[in-house]
Amino acid sequence: MLDVTLIQDTPIPLAARFSCRAGELLALVGPSGAGKSTVLRAIAGLSRVREARVLVGDECWQDSARGAWLDPRARTVGMVFQNYALFPHLNVVDNVAEAVHRLPRVERRARALQALATVGLAGLELRRATQLSGGQMQRVALARALVREPHVLLLDEPFAAVDQMTRERLYEELAVLRTGLKIPVVLVTHSLHEAHLLADRMVVLRHGKTLQEGAPDDVLSRPASVEVARLVGFANLFESPVLASDIARDVLLVAWGGNEIALPARRAAPVGTALAWGIAAGDVVVVKAARAAGESGASAAIALTLECAAALGDSVHLTMRTAAGAERLRAVVTKRFFERAGIEPGGPVTVELPRDRMVVF
Amino acid sequence: MDWDALRISASLAAATALLLAVPGIVLARWLAYSRRPWRPLIEASLTVPLILPPTVLGFYLLSVLGNGAPLGALYHRLIGTPLAFSFTGLLIASLVVNLPFTVMPMQRAFAAIAPELLDAARTCGLSRWRSLWRIELPLAWPGLLTALIMTAAHTLGEFGVVLMVGGNIPGETRTIAISIYDRVQAFELESAANMSALLLVISLAALMVVSWLGGGRRRERGLL
Repeated sequence: MLDVTLIQDTPIPLAARFSCRAGELLALVGPSGAGKSTVLRAIAGLSRVREARVLVGDECWQDSARGAWLDPRARTVGMVFQNYALFPHLNVVDNVAEAVHRLPRVERRARALQALATVGLAGLELRRATQLSGGQMQRVALARALVREPHVLLLDEPFAAVDQMTRERLYEELAVLRTGLKIPVVLVTHSLHEAHLLADRMVVLRHGKTLQEGAPDDVLSRPASVEVARLVGFANLFESPVLASDIARDVLLVAWGGNEIALPARRAAPVGTALAWGIAAGDVVVVKAARAAGESGASAAIALTLECAAALGDSVHLTMRTAAGAERLRAVVTKRFFERAGIEPGGPVTVELPRDRMVVF
Repeated sequence: MDWDALRISASLAAATALLLAVPGIVLARWLAYSRRPWRPLIEASLTVPLILPPTVLGFYLLSVLGNGAPLGALYHRLIGTPLAFSFTGLLIASLVVNLPFTVMPMQRAFAAIAPELLDAARTCGLSRWRSLWRIELPLAWPGLLTALIMTAAHTLGEFGVVLMVGGNIPGETRTIAISIYDRVQAFELESAANMSALLLVISLAALMVVSWLGGGRRRERGLL
């Protein structure tokens, strides 16, 4: 179990708290400058944070309250750097063997060869690090990080420097590899897609502050705040006046684009005030043909006009507008559904907003 | 050709470069990585010999090395000969004058190592010593060798400080640069020309090696 608390005002503001269980992959997600890499460096001991507590199982790597500090050289950490940081003058096997330099020479080499075989690089041992492709470099870096049998594995944007095809392959390899790892794995990424694919849980950071922590599906579909919603690219984010509030019936009625929408009453909101709410594009239900709009028990059926449809791979991203044109709603449907539904740009379309998928901030 | 002067110059150049190698590496590495507030002060102090007129530097060195100064007096008491106007005195002056010529290229060589590599060495558990030995020195060696070659080449041509501190004692402190000056004063122009040509060839050879080392370093890092 990795337990991290990092707080400081300068030079990089931090207010991050999270934990990661053994065998779990936790993604730190946020925009550039959010402090993701600083958090990772603080765990490794490469950056000193004023008020910090880093616990790994029974080991205390840092506890500023007690003045405890473990030098990074003594932390059993495996770290993969963004540009891999392979030693350019050493060959592949020596790069890996350097991480276990305290072992006798023969054992050191055997361990390095074994680690390289694990990441599928057998046969490339004698190549210079500079003669490898991006994907091969990433695997050497991973082998070097794992050969020490670390207590924590830290991955700092490990897929940023490889092409898309290699990246997809490396995702699969990491997914397979991590099933055998019984240690906390922390992945820094700015890609929500990457976090969604690989992580068990994700932490959203901004300006060094933990904004939300949870399963990727939950964070992406139910952001805890407007700030998180914006950061995770929440497609449908609105601010609407409250028409009626009935906490007992768990209903907040808001006006949206000439429609009355019943939202779950997450909190009391006075009538007339503006309420932020939203729904993930993937949660909007597009009904095949236009039909009478109205309120059903669980969802609101709304008549809209399809403004544009963008085919992206197997899915089609729809942008729809309300009759008055003041509001736009985005949805994602499968290509197959889109072709069969008979909806086209400029034509009518009916959508339903499942109440249990709507988010009130 | 004044072979004695050439021998003294070569000995002085070799001894200066060799004696500055280790302290140069230590100082250059500290300057390259340190974030101490007084680092700029140390760096500025180190470069003073570059801009100070050689006669001024020579005068101060003479003040320190002379029999009237503590260092000069101590040397005289222990060894029995004066430090000023001796080869040892000349060597001490040469070490001071050449410190920036050694340290600055070395500092650049260490500073050019990607910080991520040093971080990787730390997360791999490498001690400071092993990191220096296995990572930093192999990556910085062209810069370090360049520094030592430049130091030796500069020592061969040093004139002002040598004259101030060492004087012009044949077989003891007369270097090839001073010998050329002497020959010109005595209108022995052919001899002066031969020695000048030799210094020119040595300087060109040193610069070619430096250039080759720089190219090799860029090739190694995939920049060429």
